[in-house]
Amino acid sequence: MVAAIADDHPVRGSTLTLREVSHRFDLEGQPLPVLDRISLQVGRGEFVALLGPSGCGKSTLLRLVAGLDTPAVGSLLMDGREIEAPDPSRVVVFQDPTLYPWRTVWRNVALGLEARGLLRTHSGRIEDALRLVGLTGFANAYPRQLSGGMAQRAALARALVNDPKLLILDEPLGQLDSLTRITMQGELVSLWQRAGFTALLVTHDVEEALFLAGRVVVLSQRPAHIKAEIANTRPYPRRRGDPHLAELRHEVLAHLGLDATW
Amino acid sequence: MSAVIDEVSRPQKSGFGVFARPATRSLIGGLAAAAAWFVAAALTAFWPDKIESDWAYTGNFAAACATLAFALAFAAFAGIRFTVFQRLQRLSPWLLALALFLAAWEAVTAKLGLLPLPFFPPPQAIVEVIIDDWGRLAAGILASARLLATGFFLGAAVGFMTGVAIGWSRLAGYWIHPVLRFIGPLPATAWLPLAFFVFPSSFSASVFLIALGTGFPVTVLTWSGVAGVNSTYYDIARTLGATQRFLVLKVAIPAAMPHVFVGLFMGLGNSFAVLVVAEMLGVKAGLGWYLQWAQGWAAYANMYAALLLMAFLCSGLITLLFRLRDRLLSWQKGLVRW
Repeated sequence: MVAAIADDHPVRGSTLTLREVSHRFDLEGQPLPVLDRISLQVGRGEFVALLGPSGCGKSTLLRLVAGLDTPAVGSLLMDGREIEAPDPSRVVVFQDPTLYPWRTVWRNVALGLEARGLLRTHSGRIEDALRLVGLTGFANAYPRQLSGGMAQRAALARALVNDPKLLILDEPLGQLDSLTRITMQGELVSLWQRAGFTALLVTHDVEEALFLAGRVVVLSQRPAHIKAEIANTRPYPRRRGDPHLAELRHEVLAHLGLDATW
Repeated sequence: MSAVIDEVSRPQKSGFGVFARPATRSLIGGLAAAAAWFVAAALTAFWPDKIESDWAYTGNFAAACATLAFALAFAAFAGIRFTVFQRLQRLSPWLLALALFLAAWEAVTAKLGLLPLPFFPPPQAIVEVIIDDWGRLAAGILASARLLATGFFLGAAVGFMTGVAIGWSRLAGYWIHPVLRFIGPLPATAWLPLAFFVFPSSFSASVFLIALGTGFPVTVLTWSGVAGVNSTYYDIARTLGATQRFLVLKVAIPAAMPHVFVGLFMGLGNSFAVLVVAEMLGVKAGLGWYLQWAQGWAAYANMYAALLLMAFLCSGLITLLFRLRDRLLSWQKGLVRW
């Protein structure tokens, strides 16, 4: 099904380069530094997780990657080209599904195609995307009729229908109950494997980062800088009980200064 | 809160709640209403009027009441077999009350003469006006409706566009917002003397005033609706490749629609007030003018008739707007209490 979406785009995934990116907010006239010289290289089709304490500036970093904001210092490049504005090849899935309540699920998923004037020619993709996330029967439902997990799936379909080269995931499972989260983590991995996009995940859940990502980037407290990069070469599909993952978890917690309770 | 939920989940009950079976309740309710209308009819027909009064249509009014009574009795019996008629049962208490009200009105005016004339004519006098003067009343309704529709649509359209502009563009906000702040709260009717000599006709002047009265609440609420749109909605559309035009038309406006409708309701209410004042003071047509004219002739029955028709017109338009909202904003059902 992803193949149907993927056929007209033989090259899958993009590279992402962050060069010495710093950013600050203006808080009542006082500059508040949030990002401190972050450099990162993400390869084609890689799954990278950014892990850090709450409020450390992870989401700000994602907004910069998405092109929604421009960094104060430094540059971000996608496939070697500078990121200056939002582009449908980089799609964000936010923590809150924020579906448009006045649109049905189908019309929500259609949003990107409609915005780019592709709805008439590519509307078949919407069915594909809905099937991919298991919402085929809910095309005509309104967001208020969906559960939290279903809404987040619809938000995922809304992103995937655009066939992104880079999928930016801003704590997409953060508001789901733990059982739904476990299911959706597995689904995310299989979506990523089938579609082959590059994925950048922000999370504060160590287990989630290690279960999903090939590389975990640990960020410090605000202003965030990179504390450590931990490669995770365990093959997919991963098992939650894997002792190697437990070791990595210990290592990550140590970097975050939270290993006292291990 | 739980009390509210109980209220909603409980099945519809009428005022005659004591009888258990719906068919029985329907029959008794219906017959009671029919009986009340018979009383009104009999009282009108057989109780002689006060000597010096001379009302045409007394017989006709009584006949109309009796006809309604027969129809209600028939519906009550039909309700035993056909559930369709049982729905009428919801109206029975109101129908009964209405009949009693008319009977009492008849008694204190035409029969006993307790209320002074010509200020309080009996019901048949109003029937008389509606039958004898229907041409002028219909012309009045048409004139009022035309003026109201022109002014309301103009004001709503301009208000909506202004609201979107202020909500969307910083520049528009900078220039229009202070003007709105300063002039908006002024009642539209305050412009009346000015409007009537600035505009070429009293019709165009009134259109302007009604548009002004409608436009202000529509502008303010459209603006607050657009300004209050969740900024993540924009972020999402932008990352999906939306243009500015798309953001306005497909994100800002649909998201603001619930607010816009509040503005339209307020605007419609305002427009009624401005309409009547404009018609009373300048326009030589319409129900407002008819009211004024009737008062000049001390024709109070005509005034009551015009008031009655005006009430139908206004409540009808409000109902129409509610219907439109229910259609356009059906996605809100379940999100907010209706």
